[in-house]
Amino acid sequence: MPKKKLTYSLNYRRPKSEYSPDDELTICIRYYHKCNQTKKTKIIKKSTGVRCMLKDWNSDWHKNSDRSPVKSSDPFHKKKNNILKKKVKDFDIQHLYSNVENESSSNYLKSNLPKGSIDLKWTNHKNTINLVSPANKRNIDIIVVGTGLAGGSACATLAELGYNVKAFCFQDSPRRAHSIAAQGGINAAKNYQGDGDSVYRLFYDTVKGGDYRSREENVYRLAEVSANIIDQCVAQGVPFARDYGGLLDNRSFGGVLVSRTFYAKGQTGQQLLLGAYSAMNRQIARGKIKMYNRHEMLDVVIVDGKARGIITRNLINGELERHSAHAVVLATGGYGNVFYLSTNAMGSNVTAAWKAHRRGAFFANPCFTQIHPTCIPVSGDHQSKLTLMSESLRNDGRIWVPKKLEDVNAIRNGSKKPTEISEEDRDYFLERRYPAFGNLVPRDVASRAAKERCDAGFGVNKTGEAVYLDFASSILRYGKEQARIKGEDENNNELIKKFGKEIIRKKYGNLFQMYEKIVDQNPYETPMMIYPAVHYTMGGIWVDYNLMTTIPGLYAIGEANFSDHGANRLGASALMQGLADGYFVLPYTIGDYLSDEISTGPIANDTKEFMLAEKEARDKLDMLVNNKGTKSVDYFHKRLGKIMWNKCGMARNKKDLQSAIAEISKLRKEFWSEVKVPGSQFEFNEELAKAGRVADFLELGELFAKDALNREESCGGHFREEYQTKEGEATRKKEFQFVSAWEYVGEPKNAILHKEKLDYKNIEVKERSYK
Amino acid sequence: MKLTLKIWRQKNSESKGQMVSYEIDNISPDMSFLEMLDVLNARLILEDDDPISFDHDCREGICGSCSLFINGQAHGPDRRITTCQLHMRKFKDGDTIYVEPFRAKAFPVIKDLVIDRSAFDRIQHSGGYISVNTSGNTQDANSIPINKEDADNAFDAATCIGCGACVATCKNSSAMLFVGAKISQYSLLPQGKTEASRRVLNMVNQMDLEGFGNCSNTGACEVECPKGISLDNIARMNRELLKASLKK
Ligand SMILES: Cc1cc2nc3c(=O)[nH]c(=O)nc-3n(C[C@H](O)[C@H](O)[C@H](O)COP(=O)(O)OP(=O)(O)OC[C@H]3O[C@@H](n4cnc5c(N)ncnc54)[C@H](O)[C@@H]3O)c2cc1C
Ligand code: SF4
Ligand code: FES
Repeated sequence: MPKKKLTYSLNYRRPKSEYSPDDELTICIRYYHKCNQTKKTKIIKKSTGVRCMLKDWNSDWHKNSDRSPVKSSDPFHKKKNNILKKKVKDFDIQHLYSNVENESSSNYLKSNLPKGSIDLKWTNHKNTINLVSPANKRNIDIIVVGTGLAGGSACATLAELGYNVKAFCFQDSPRRAHSIAAQGGINAAKNYQGDGDSVYRLFYDTVKGGDYRSREENVYRLAEVSANIIDQCVAQGVPFARDYGGLLDNRSFGGVLVSRTFYAKGQTGQQLLLGAYSAMNRQIARGKIKMYNRHEMLDVVIVDGKARGIITRNLINGELERHSAHAVVLATGGYGNVFYLSTNAMGSNVTAAWKAHRRGAFFANPCFTQIHPTCIPVSGDHQSKLTLMSESLRNDGRIWVPKKLEDVNAIRNGSKKPTEISEEDRDYFLERRYPAFGNLVPRDVASRAAKERCDAGFGVNKTGEAVYLDFASSILRYGKEQARIKGEDENNNELIKKFGKEIIRKKYGNLFQMYEKIVDQNPYETPMMIYPAVHYTMGGIWVDYNLMTTIPGLYAIGEANFSDHGANRLGASALMQGLADGYFVLPYTIGDYLSDEISTGPIANDTKEFMLAEKEARDKLDMLVNNKGTKSVDYFHKRLGKIMWNKCGMARNKKDLQSAIAEISKLRKEFWSEVKVPGSQFEFNEELAKAGRVADFLELGELFAKDALNREESCGGHFREEYQTKEGEATRKKEFQFVSAWEYVGEPKNAILHKEKLDYKNIEVKERSYK
Repeated sequence: MKLTLKIWRQKNSESKGQMVSYEIDNISPDMSFLEMLDVLNARLILEDDDPISFDHDCREGICGSCSLFINGQAHGPDRRITTCQLHMRKFKDGDTIYVEPFRAKAFPVIKDLVIDRSAFDRIQHSGGYISVNTSGNTQDANSIPINKEDADNAFDAATCIGCGACVATCKNSSAMLFVGAKISQYSLLPQGKTEASRRVLNMVNQMDLEGFGNCSNTGACEVECPKGISLDNIARMNRELLKASLKK
C-alpha cells in the first residue's frame, strides 16, 4: 500500500500575493500518496466546495488540537468545519488506490477501457458487458435530448431494441437539427477505391489528425464500425453519389492520402439526417418514440447520484415540464456559438451540456475548437452567422494570395481583378509550405497559414481578412478530360471551360449557388474569397468508453462529447462519429448500466429533486424576464464573441487569456444586471430562450479561456503563441499528453482540473508533419 | 436603404392577427432579409415593443425552418432560394415590403410569422421510411449497384427541405410536391420497392387527413420550391398510387 496522508489546503487560483484578506477561496482536501512503483509523491486535490474568506482561514490549523481549518470569525465556521470533516471521512481512498498503480488514468476518471489487443477490444467488450432482456427493455425509459445525427440514430436504435424513448429537440421537427447543414461527406474505411485504406489507417489518420490528444481505444472502435454505417445508410435509402457503374463514389478530405469520403453532393448531412429521421419516424409510428418538438432542456435531474430526468421548457406556451427516465442521453451538439459568429446554426447552444456540467459532469478540453479554413468572410456588423464552404472544395480549389503587396492594394481598391494576376505573381502558400499534402492539409494547419498571410498584409478583401480559393485550373483540367472523352477539340478554350464548369457544377453546384447568393459574385468566373471561421468543437462532456459521463446514467454522444477527435477533427469524421455513437455504440453500452435498473420500476417525476430543479429553472427565467435592463441579449452575445475571437481564437497567449477570463467574468455580471428580455415566460418568446443560452455561454467562455491558459503547449486547434517553432509550426509537449477534465465548483475560473493521461500503444507519437 | 415593412402580427394561435407597418432605415444591400429583421427586432426590444417572431436556424438554406411569404411570394422574389438566402440587394430604396407567414389550413399560426408544420411530420410517420433495422446487420453497401441516373434522381427528390413553400403557394394548399418528393426518392431506389404500395397509400391518406387540398396541376409549387423539386415527382407519385390502388 502506498503511504497516504490527508490534509486541507486553500485553492489559490492566482499568485497568493494578489489576494486580499476579504477574498473568498475554496477549501480542498489534499491527498498525498507515494506510488509503489515510482516512489514519487503525488498530490491529488479534491475540492470540497466549502468557501471561506482568507482572513477566516486558519493557516495553523493542523497544529491545533481541534483540527478545524475555518476560524471562528467566520459566522458559519461550525457548519463549514463539519462539512469538511465529513468530506474527509467520505473521501474515497479505496477508489483512489485501485487506480494508483495505473498511472495512466486520473483518480476520478474511470475510462473503463476493455482489455486485450486493440483490434479485439470492442468485440470483447460487447461480449462481456451486461445485457437487458427484450422483455425487460419494455419497462425501461430513456430520454434522448437532441435529434441530430447522434441523437436521431440513437433514438431509432434504442426504440428498435425495445426501450421506451422520449426524444427532445428545440426545432419544430427533428429533421431540422444542425446536422442537416453538414456538406462535404462522411468517412468510412471501406477501401472501395482499392487505394490501401483499412481500419488501421483510418484509426491512424484520426489519431494523428487529432494531434495525439484522443483516446486510442475510442478511435479504433470508431474506425471499426465506420464501414457498417455506410451499409446501414444505403439500406435506409440514403442516396449517396454513385459512379456510372452504379457503385458508390468517394472523394478525399484533408489530412489523409486515401479517398474514403462518401458524399451526396454538398448535402451529405441532410441526406444522412433524413435517413436517421426516417428511422425515427418508423419508431414514432410504432409508438416506441415519443417526440417532443420545440422543447428546450433546461436542466438534468439527479436523484441519489443518478441521472433520472430533465426539466424542459415548451417553447410554444412557455410551460416548464418534468420528464423522468432510467437514463438520460445528451446529443445536443457543439458549442461553437460561444464565439457568436460561427458556421453553427443560430440555435446551437451549450445549455444542455453546461447544465449537466453544473450538476457534476466533467467538461473535457473546452479550448479545443476547430476553426475551419474555408468560410465566407465577414461582410459587416449586421452579420448574424457565417457560412461554410465545404472542405471538399479543396479537392479542386487552390488557395492563394498575391505575392506582391502592390497587387494586394490594387485588388482592394478595385483597380485589378484577381484573374488578372499572373501565375508567377501568385503565392499558393499551402502548396509552397506543405508540398506533400498541399491544399489538403488538415484544417488547423490551413487556417493558421491563411491567418499568417493575412496578418502579413496579403488579405484580399477590404478588411484584409480573406484569401482566394480558385477553381480555374480544375475547370481547365476537367474540361480537357471531357473534351477528350467526347472527342471534341481539346484546344477550344471556350468549349473546355464550358465542359469544366459542368463538372464543377455537378460536384459542388449547391455550394457555388450558396456563395453567389451571399457574396453576389460568380465563383465559376472569379475565385471565391474565404477566411477561417469557428466551425466545430472537439471539446465536450467527458465520457468513458461506454459514453457515460461522470454522472451515472447520464450519457453524451455526438459533438456534445469530447471523445474521438483530440485537438483537431479531420473533415467528414463528425458525421461518422455521430452515427457510430448513435447506431452502433451507445445502444449496446447503455445496456450495461440499465441491466441494474430492470426492477427499479417507473421513475416518479414529482420527487423533491424534480421539484427543486424545476423551481431553480423557473427562478432563473423569472429573473431574466423581470430584469429591467437596457441592453438586448445579442448585445452581450456579440461582446462575448469578440472577446473569444480576439483572445481565444486562432492564436492565443497567456496575457490575452488571463484578461479574457477577467473580461468574461465581468461581462457575465453585467449581463445579469443589464440584460433586457421582452415579453413574458408563458408565451412563445425567442428572446427569452436566447437569453438562457447566452447566460450559459458566458460561463462556458470563462472555462474555455482557463483551459487554454492551462494548456501550455500548441496542439491541433489550440495554438499558443509562446509555443511555436521558428517556422511558426506548433510545439507540442509530452507532459500535456492528457485530457483536461474540469469539475464544476462554482465560478468557472475556479474549476478543478482532472487529468486523463493518454497512452499510445498502437501508434508511435510523432511530430505531426504534412510537409 | 430606407424601407416600409408591413408585417403580420398575431399574439398566439387563438388571437386574430393584423398587418402592422414599420419604417426602417440604414439597411445595407449586403444584409440578408433575416438580418434586416434582426435589426428591426433590436430596435423593437429597446422601444419596449414585442419583437417579431419568425422561424429560422441554419440561415443557409438547408434546414427548412425559415418560411416567410414576402410580397406575395413564398421565400420572396428571388428564385431557388429560401427566405434566409434572400438578400436586401433584391429590393430598392423606398420599397414597401409585405411579410406574412406561409398560410394553409394545415399550418396554423403559432405566433406572428411562426407556423405549425407538424402535419408534414405526421405524413412522414405514416410511411416516409424503409423498414430496415438499424442494427448494421445488412448487406454490403455496394452489393446492389444502382444506375447513376436513378441515384441522381432519387437524390434530387431527397433534397426537399420540408419548408412548406409549395403548400403556401398552391391555391388549394396541396402538399403533393412534398409528398411526391419522398415517394419518388424511395420508388427510384431498389431498397424502397418492397413497401412501395403501402407507403404511397398511407402517406396520401395521411395527407388528406391533415387537410391539404388537391392538386390541380397549376405548377406554381415547382416555381416557388427553393430546391427545384420538379413536377415529375407528382407524376411519379400518381403512377405509384395508381399501381398500388390496382393491387388493392
Ligand atoms: C456548416 C457545417 C458543415 C459541416 N460539414 C460536415 C461534413 O461534411 N462532414 C462531417 O463529418 N461533419 C461536418 N460538420 C460537423 C457536423 O455536422 C456536426 O458535428 C454534427 O452534425 C453534430 O451532430 P450532433 O448530432 O452531435 O448534433 P446536432 O446535429 O447539432 O444536433 C443537436 C440536437 O440537439 C438539440 N438540442 C440542442 N440543445 C438543446 C436543448 N437545450 N434542449 C433540447 N434540445 C437541444 C437540437 O434541437 C438538435 O436536435 C459540419 C458542420 C457545419 C456547421
Ligand atoms: S417540395 Fe420544395 S417547397 Fe415543398 S417542402 Fe419540399 S423544398 Fe419546400
Ligand atoms: S433558416 Fe434554415 S433554411 Fe432558412
